[in-house]
Amino acid sequence: MKPVNTAINQQLSQLYKEQSGKVLATLVRLLGDFELAEEAMHEAFSVALDSWGNKGIPANPTPWLISTARFKAIDTFRRNKRFSELEADVQRLINELEEYNHEVSTQEIEDDQLRMIFTCCHPAIDPKIQIPLTLREVCGLSTEEIASAYLVSPSTMAQRIVRGKNKIQKAKIPFVIPEITELPERLEGVLLVIYLVFNEGYAASNGDSLLRVDLSNEAIRLARLVLSLLPDSEVMGLLALMLLHESRRYARTDADGNIILLEDQDRSLWLQTYIDEGMALVQQAFTNGQVGSYTLQAAIAAEYAKSTGITDWNQVIRLYSLLLQVEPSPVVELNRAVAIAMRDGEEAGLKIIDSILASGALQDYHKLHSTRGELLVRSGQISSAIAAFEQALVLVKQAPEKRFLVQKLAQLKSQ
Amino acid sequence: MQYMLLIYSDENCWTEEEMQSCFQKSMRISEELAAQGKLVSAAPLDSITTATSLRVRDGKRQITDGPFAETTEQLGGYYIVDVENLDEALEIAARLPPAEKGTVEVRPLFPLPEKVEG
Repeated sequence: MKPVNTAINQQLSQLYKEQSGKVLATLVRLLGDFELAEEAMHEAFSVALDSWGNKGIPANPTPWLISTARFKAIDTFRRNKRFSELEADVQRLINELEEYNHEVSTQEIEDDQLRMIFTCCHPAIDPKIQIPLTLREVCGLSTEEIASAYLVSPSTMAQRIVRGKNKIQKAKIPFVIPEITELPERLEGVLLVIYLVFNEGYAASNGDSLLRVDLSNEAIRLARLVLSLLPDSEVMGLLALMLLHESRRYARTDADGNIILLEDQDRSLWLQTYIDEGMALVQQAFTNGQVGSYTLQAAIAAEYAKSTGITDWNQVIRLYSLLLQVEPSPVVELNRAVAIAMRDGEEAGLKIIDSILASGALQDYHKLHSTRGELLVRSGQISSAIAAFEQALVLVKQAPEKRFLVQKLAQLKSQ
Repeated sequence: MQYMLLIYSDENCWTEEEMQSCFQKSMRISEELAAQGKLVSAAPLDSITTATSLRVRDGKRQITDGPFAETTEQLGGYYIVDVENLDEALEIAARLPPAEKGTVEVRPLFPLPEKVEG
């Protein structure tokens, strides 16, 4: 038995995390098949383990891995009997693979990664499957890691991923970067997948097993990747938004996982590097021109994160008004009502909230009722506030928010 | 790669005028696709009121008027196109007039194995 080289093992598993997405993307383009590409990639990594054990990892390992996998795929094709009836096609592919002997350029690798991202986030794939497929094929997470992050069994998650890959293969979803006319719409889909991954991580980051993959960080990593490949202002906006939220990770809950409101948070716990980067990205997105919903949300989050601690409510209201134009939604209206209450007093905010309710929207949204309760407390209408918080308590689902409301009600009733 | 575009819509929501305009536009698209060698076949279907459903159970034929399921959208026509990939099929589907009123389902045809001699 060969001695196991632990150092090289560790370096390789780090390399796997960083490079597997790149290697796989190019292999999928060359081989036109996810299964074959994955198989060839794993073989290439195992060859790497043997051959780098003595020599160390080369400076530019990606093209080496791709090339090794390419030869492994040719071997597989030659061995595989089930292709016998397709001899001509397979022979053509083998010839193509053999002729493809130039070193894969960085540009090609980057384009392949973009192709992979757009393919995994293709609207023809169920949104519930786009997410794990992207985490698996682009981020290189294992099926087990994704399953535990989404609290489902590995076999359920494996089924979803297989369904996605089948759809790509059988319906022949092309492995391409969308045409310029479709790009904005398709990019929107990609950004939504990233944001959903982030939100899942953000909502679940308390009290869960340390073994769980940190989805928020994966989403940030993914957004960085997309930004490096496609420097669009909304990608900047989304990355900024996530960084600004993430900067408050350690301040937004106490040791027991209870919610701490923004104004009560210990600002020394905010991650300043994230805030700085987020703010710089917001600036850059605004200078880039066309500003979309993620950039506007990030700009609002940046306003709250200012080091002075003094929020410019006029600016916040202006940004919410712009956001309402880009993306009309009663939730945005509710948030704008809070900003208006901060600037013009509780009555002004309550008036807007009551008109949202009167329109029939958000009646079952617990945050509307708790926000209303908060404004009623501030304007001294305690019994109405209690009724509003009780309504919120009936509707709320997450445990930390429930505890927060119970506490709030106990406090109010004892007054 | 061949795809079938199945056109579903509520057949009662078409006025006579809309129907005629839909036929004309669809025929133009068919001619264009045929000229590009991308059309395998296409046809509108007559009203669902003319449909007959059949099942064979225990060797006996059961014939009924219309389809069994009560749905709001009915199959009203189809195209079979031969194109490069799903995106190209979706692009054609998006140009079909019924896409604006109903739904176009895009399904790849299942490739049958070629006939083996012997």
